[in-house]
Amino acid sequence: MNDNATAAVDRSERSSMRSLTAVLMQRIQSGWKTLVVGIPNVWLLVFFLAPFFIVLKISLAESIIASPPFSPLVEWSEEGALILQVIFDNFIFLWEDDLYFNTYVNSIKIAIISTVLCLIVGYPIAYGIVRSSSTTKNILLLMIILPFWTSFLLRVYAWMGLLADQGTINSFLIWIGLIEKPIRMLYTEFAVYVGIVYSYVPFMILPLYANMEKLDMSLHEAAADLGARPMTTFLTVTLPMTAPGILAGSLLVFIPAAGEFVIPDLLGGGNVLMIGRVLYNEFNSNHDWPVAAAVAIVLLLILVIPMMLYQHIQSKQAES
Amino acid sequence: MGQKRSTFLFSALCFGMAFLYIPMLLLIIYSFNYSKIVPVWGGWSLRWYKVLFESEEVWSALTLSLKIAVMNATFATLLGTLAGLALVRFGRFKGRTLFSGMITAPLVMPEVITGLSLLLLFITMAELIGWPGERGITTITIAHITFSMAYVAVIIQSRLAGMAQDLEEAAMDLGSKPIRVLVDITLPLLAPGMVAGWLLAFTLSLDDLVIASFVTGPGANTLPILIYSRIRLGLRPDINALATIIIVVVTIGVIIAGYLMLRQQKQRERDMQMAAQEVVKLDA
Repeated sequence: MNDNATAAVDRSERSSMRSLTAVLMQRIQSGWKTLVVGIPNVWLLVFFLAPFFIVLKISLAESIIASPPFSPLVEWSEEGALILQVIFDNFIFLWEDDLYFNTYVNSIKIAIISTVLCLIVGYPIAYGIVRSSSTTKNILLLMIILPFWTSFLLRVYAWMGLLADQGTINSFLIWIGLIEKPIRMLYTEFAVYVGIVYSYVPFMILPLYANMEKLDMSLHEAAADLGARPMTTFLTVTLPMTAPGILAGSLLVFIPAAGEFVIPDLLGGGNVLMIGRVLYNEFNSNHDWPVAAAVAIVLLLILVIPMMLYQHIQSKQAES
Repeated sequence: MGQKRSTFLFSALCFGMAFLYIPMLLLIIYSFNYSKIVPVWGGWSLRWYKVLFESEEVWSALTLSLKIAVMNATFATLLGTLAGLALVRFGRFKGRTLFSGMITAPLVMPEVITGLSLLLLFITMAELIGWPGERGITTITIAHITFSMAYVAVIIQSRLAGMAQDLEEAAMDLGSKPIRVLVDITLPLLAPGMVAGWLLAFTLSLDDLVIASFVTGPGANTLPILIYSRIRLGLRPDINALATIIIVVVTIGVIIAGYLMLRQQKQRERDMQMAAQEVVKLDA
């Protein structure tokens, strides 16, 4: 009987040990899962999400001469009550001030036209790459990606040398006798378009290529066999099928172009109003933080729909 | 008809490549120009390379940029890999929507907004907890990690999604602990993606001007900040020389990386074929 009792205790001990190990294992397992999600999550909450609330907070403050140069949002009054001071003046100012309003409109206009130009330039290139043999295809893709790895700033700088009054293009045109006096190209809106298309066309080509590569080319042949003319085939078959690629590429060009700072600053000079440049100057030269923060919030509001659209496409692609 | 179309596509390709590469070629040619005024040709010379190498400012900016780039790439790869793993392998978890939103948002966020918001965060933190006391290398690195990890996460995500889960499941079935599966199977399979992510994060950091100029402090000039402050006022022959060096180094790097990846891919295909043959033999 004694023996039996010991065995029973032994058994129950062992089983409880086993269940303990199981629980512990589960804990560790869920523990490391929490860690894998937790570390990047905390990082992004602190350094990505929190800053936006700070920007929002400062945009609702008043510019004062102090350090930091804005009024506090929440204050303890002398009687010990909490006062929430929200000032919409900065936003009203942006709305009423013609300069800011026009700058927003101009930025969006430039971004839209640049996107269309990128599409016109990029579409045939992407199509050409898809139709190449596999070795040529790899080389061409490498050539499209390569500029992306070299400095963005220096690629913009290259165009300063081309477009300047004494630059390569003007010198060439004068040398062949086409013009007598240099055409002003640098520090114009034209230069900004060239710069944006040059810098962002790979962002258009790559999603288009990825989309076109999956296409079923037999549909083209079917359309041609049935007597459709090339233009009809293009408009009714190719174009609709490549719509997802067009959308992804357009968003990838439009969003950064609308907030672009370097290109309007270096190629547009003071003549081209774009919001990224105004924001930068408002902050660094004028030190008007609340207005700069409000400019950023409005820009974000304008871009939030395109950004969410892009995100939607991305996640749909990741799932398939 | 088909002829016409292929001629059109061929000329589109030629035009496109010319558009992408002629500006850079001219940039390189003019770096060997003796003349101080960039577009005026004054004969071949290495004069501006000498000026460049003797400039202490350029060297210290380069050192600072490289330090930041290495730190950034390493941390961004770690964080981005964790994020990618979580997104692809954990299914639904609490806060997933917000998490995946925060991962992809930095990819499309205009740089001026990211830069401004991070600067305001650093200033607020300095006031509340006294850190960071001084802005410079640390704040730039943190800012760079925040947007680079998004790119790494996307690379890891697409690699994981394309990777069959069979091996991981087999190991689990054979009784491996999840952590061993991660170390022995998932990570080795992810290694090429992590290398690609590291390189991309490294380049993004070296390339960034806007965010760095927001969050930098007095005296901490990265290479792009230095280049920008010089070319704002016009063309500079020494910058052409610097650009040439950067373009040559990057081109060699990308060609080597492309070659290695192609070779690896071919090797993998060959391995698969051999394995398939073995299976056939065994069956017989």
